Amino acid sequence: MSSTYTIVAGGASRSFPDGDPFLAGASAEADVVVYLQGARYRPDATRAAVLVELDTECLGVHTGEHAGDEGGNVLGFARYRNGDDPPSGLVELVRQPRTTDSAIAAARAVLEGAGLEVVVCTDQPGRIVDRLVRPKYNAALRFLDEGLATAGDMDLTCRLGLGYPDGPIERVERGGLARHHDVTRALFEVFGTPAYAPARRAVVAAARRARGDGDAS
Amino acid sequence: MTTIRTVGVCGAGGTMGAGIAIVSARAGFDTVCFDADAAALDRARAQTEGFFGKSVERGKLSAEARDAALARMTATTDLGALAGCDLVIEAVFEDLAVKRELLARLDQVCPEHTVYASNTSTLSITEIAGGCARPDRVVGMHFCLPAQLMRLIEVSPGIATSPETFAAAWAWTEAAGQTPVRTEDRPGFILNALLVPFNNDAIRAVEAGVASAADVDRAIKGALGYKMGPLELIDLVGLDTQVRLCEAFYPITLDPRAAAPPLLRRMVAAGHLGRKSGRGFYTYDGRAMFGG
Repeated sequence: MSSTYTIVAGGASRSFPDGDPFLAGASAEADVVVYLQGARYRPDATRAAVLVELDTECLGVHTGEHAGDEGGNVLGFARYRNGDDPPSGLVELVRQPRTTDSAIAAARAVLEGAGLEVVVCTDQPGRIVDRLVRPKYNAALRFLDEGLATAGDMDLTCRLGLGYPDGPIERVERGGLARHHDVTRALFEVFGTPAYAPARRAVVAAARRARGDGDAS
Repeated sequence: MTTIRTVGVCGAGGTMGAGIAIVSARAGFDTVCFDADAAALDRARAQTEGFFGKSVERGKLSAEARDAALARMTATTDLGALAGCDLVIEAVFEDLAVKRELLARLDQVCPEHTVYASNTSTLSITEIAGGCARPDRVVGMHFCLPAQLMRLIEVSPGIATSPETFAAAWAWTEAAGQTPVRTEDRPGFILNALLVPFNNDAIRAVEAGVASAADVDRAIKGALGYKMGPLELIDLVGLDTQVRLCEAFYPITLDPRAAAPPLLRRMVAAGHLGRKSGRGFYTYDGRAMFGG
């Protein structure tokens, strides 16, 4: 399977920031085209796969949706990144109901050829990781407000009790509470359940960002 | 500095109780392993010997230390054998009535200074303490699975817990080489209050067809650096245990994330309990105690 790809750049990419080796690996002619954030996606049935970088939106925002028949050679993707931490090695590859196996295979070949780990998920808000971790961060922020334990003890509990490399409070604060607000707001818009509603501390951070104060992530 | 010398472990034939007994004996405390099921105690002893044996093979423990730790452990089906204990840690079935009855029986056996610690992961320390005549001597000490490997203990006072009892539990935890964190007496304390809903969310993601179990686990490990994915962890803990955790949390918290997902219940009904049954979200063979 060929792993050549061309890139259509737009604005800043969260998955592949300036200097990322993936950018240097692109070629002018290739079977796979990769649209980075800010670039306007254009259908191209001649490609083995077309990849569209996602932020908090669904792939359907770019492709349109048609009674569950959407899909073809287009896939969304996002390389998981906590705020401004360096991007992880994990790429969530987003498929639609009619996405072809050959397009998934071509996308995998490009991303795995660049040394990235690929998981495949359906086109849902938050994909896999944010769908699962954001409610947990919300709960931890609420527990902090309610005095269940100190932030340090919550983080220590997760590191020692579960072997996590960091705890929920330190991680969500490092990633930016305003960013957490943006991600959870996108989840809450679709799911509408309290677990996804931005936590009070995230709302505060977003409000301060809007005022031009403090956390602007 | 702890004044505790002798520790009793109730439910020592179970996975958690056996692990707690290892922590205690390894740290130099005379440890009385109590369980009503003699066969379970025999199995736990064999697993403990295997665990210590692996620890020696891996250079984590000398052969002399292994022999000394094993010599400090005695097994009994007689609750009266706990009469000399300064600290009794209960890790019996996660049921309020069972724990309260046990404490009431311990009241008839143990001296006044004995600290009663509950390893409950879901129940209220205050409610458990209501089962005995000395609620001021009851404290939460929640070990993490596998107890013999994980250093953390959540130490939680109930409403009636005396400062001296809390301090004694804290001091013993440190003397045993463990790391205590203080939590309030709330459902799931810190760890399970965060973990149980998170694990349920992972099950719901699989049930909703968002991704396969393997991809959910790979995503969480790859993105967050966790050693185990949530579905691997549920398999380790047991799917039936996850149901029990949900049934303990949900009626108290009414948090929809704490309710047992339908897929989880179906898998338990099918006998897919995780590692212990050989099949859960993954398939397994072998029954050796984890780690060593």
